[in-house]
Amino acid sequence: MSFLRDTMVIFRRQEKLALRNPAWVIIGLTQPILYLALFGPLLTRLPASSLGVPAGNAYKFFVPGLLIQLGLFGSTFVGFTIIADWRSGVIERFRVTPVSRLAIMAGRVLRDVVTLVVQALVLVLAGLAFGLRAQLGAILISFGFIVLVAVGLASVSYATGLLTKSEDAFAPMVNTIVVPLMLLSGIMLPMTLGPGWLQGIARISPFRYIIDAMREAFQGHYFNTIMVEGIAVAAGMAAMFLWLGSRVFLRENA
Amino acid sequence: MAIIEARGLARTFTSRKRTVEAVRGVDLTVADGEIVGFLGPNGAGKTTTLRMLTTLLKPTAGSATVAGADLLRDPVGVRRRIGYVPQAIGATMGGTDPSCLVREELLDQAALYHMGRDDAVRRARLLTDQLDLTGLDQRLVKTLSGGQRRRLEIALGLVHEPRLVFLDEPTTGLDPQARSNLWDHIRGLRSDLGTTVFLTTHYLEEADALCDRVFIIDHGMIVAEGTPDALKRRISGDVVSLSVDAGATADAAALLRAQALVRDISSADGTLRLTVEHGEEALPLLLRVLDAAGVTLHSINLSRPTLDDVFLTLTGRSLRDDAPNDRPEDAAAPPRERRSAAQEDAVPAGTATKE
Repeated sequence: MSFLRDTMVIFRRQEKLALRNPAWVIIGLTQPILYLALFGPLLTRLPASSLGVPAGNAYKFFVPGLLIQLGLFGSTFVGFTIIADWRSGVIERFRVTPVSRLAIMAGRVLRDVVTLVVQALVLVLAGLAFGLRAQLGAILISFGFIVLVAVGLASVSYATGLLTKSEDAFAPMVNTIVVPLMLLSGIMLPMTLGPGWLQGIARISPFRYIIDAMREAFQGHYFNTIMVEGIAVAAGMAAMFLWLGSRVFLRENA
Repeated sequence: MAIIEARGLARTFTSRKRTVEAVRGVDLTVADGEIVGFLGPNGAGKTTTLRMLTTLLKPTAGSATVAGADLLRDPVGVRRRIGYVPQAIGATMGGTDPSCLVREELLDQAALYHMGRDDAVRRARLLTDQLDLTGLDQRLVKTLSGGQRRRLEIALGLVHEPRLVFLDEPTTGLDPQARSNLWDHIRGLRSDLGTTVFLTTHYLEEADALCDRVFIIDHGMIVAEGTPDALKRRISGDVVSLSVDAGATADAAALLRAQALVRDISSADGTLRLTVEHGEEALPLLLRVLDAAGVTLHSINLSRPTLDDVFLTLTGRSLRDDAPNDRPEDAAAPPRERRSAAQEDAVPAGTATKE
């Protein structure tokens, strides 16, 4: 099918360019690793009950949060790169070839997903070194979640980049949305520590549900309502953002 | 056979409740194998028309057949058959990624046209030879000179051997040497490959030097069309300047005014300025008339009108005053960094006198 073939052409091109300048992949990974090393040890001193995990298992709480943080920041800022590609005329050049216009987005998203999975693998290995004990199933489930998160966020990020066509507009916009969402997701500390009003507001962050489900998985609970909620939110968000992104890339005028 | 046939092509932009008719009904016919120039000042609708013909922008009215495919019903068919080289100056650049290798750009472009690997490699090698890019395969695009990068961009537009290629401001921003070098390559496209070339330009001498036919667009409409020579002839005749003894000026003027082919004459202190049709044919006659009357002629000079004169007459504006960017979409967007090199690079007008 020509869409898949086109997607692979774009994917290989983007992968090649990313490997040529891997600085961003490394920088993206540095932050979660720093949190793991410099913030994680603080959590191990907190009473396990406050984290909602069995004693001595602070990393089962913390690593899922860092995985989402990695996905959140790694994917939302990819729109920057498409602004550069638009400015160099590459997007326009592609749009005049018979290549599927959707593949111009899909190939990039695929690259971002692959990058994220590699980063996540490094992060989990580092987590294991720090004392994370988790089943393989839990790790695979959490990877599934961050892939869904990355697919949705990267699509919408590219679409936003292509619509704004300006880093100056894009960066503040993304920051304004991502930082509160991240804080309300309970990445660092459980939202249950917060006062009622904060817990109430936190319900609007979709990542809240995803992190909760990932933490359940890390504790070996694969089948419960929290998991169903998490999967529904992650899949729904991915589908909606993918659809939004496609609409922008398939527009006849751009 | 017509390779481009456009009827009533129009595009309206709406921004902030303001409606701009960027292109208001353009009819175009381009024959197979022509090199056609599309000229117009800033905001005349030049780039908008080009973007419609290349499927980047959907027309709000009209229809067109481009390279045998219907623009509205089969845009992918159009894309498969045409080559397109974006303009390299302005908000967006010419379409190459600075951190790609030359060879990668060529092979990726071939892959976008669904060419097989072997075909792509063969084609890339051929194009690097044809466009003087030999030995640059493994160079990063950002290390190329302006002329080399532009030739690479043109090579990308030719990867799939299109019968029709659109060049948007192909030489804008290049130094004169790189420009004339590129002109040779563009002429070669037609003479060696039979490719039809549709180019937009800000440089009248470029249209004059390259194009079989020129369309002039202003305020979204085609205001003139024809060969550069025909256009020049249509606007005004040739100018013959004669210098004679100061005392004989009045007599000579009276004598020449009586000639049927002299349309207009002005004289001042021994210099006569005649507007004539078909100057090269008029010269011998003028010489004979003056000689027979015993007027001593010191010098004679024939000059043809330039496309610039044509443009000025048709639009009331000179092309040269404009910055080479005319996208109405951008006019509505927030201002962003633009390269000023283009403006500085305007070609000196000079008095384009030809014998």
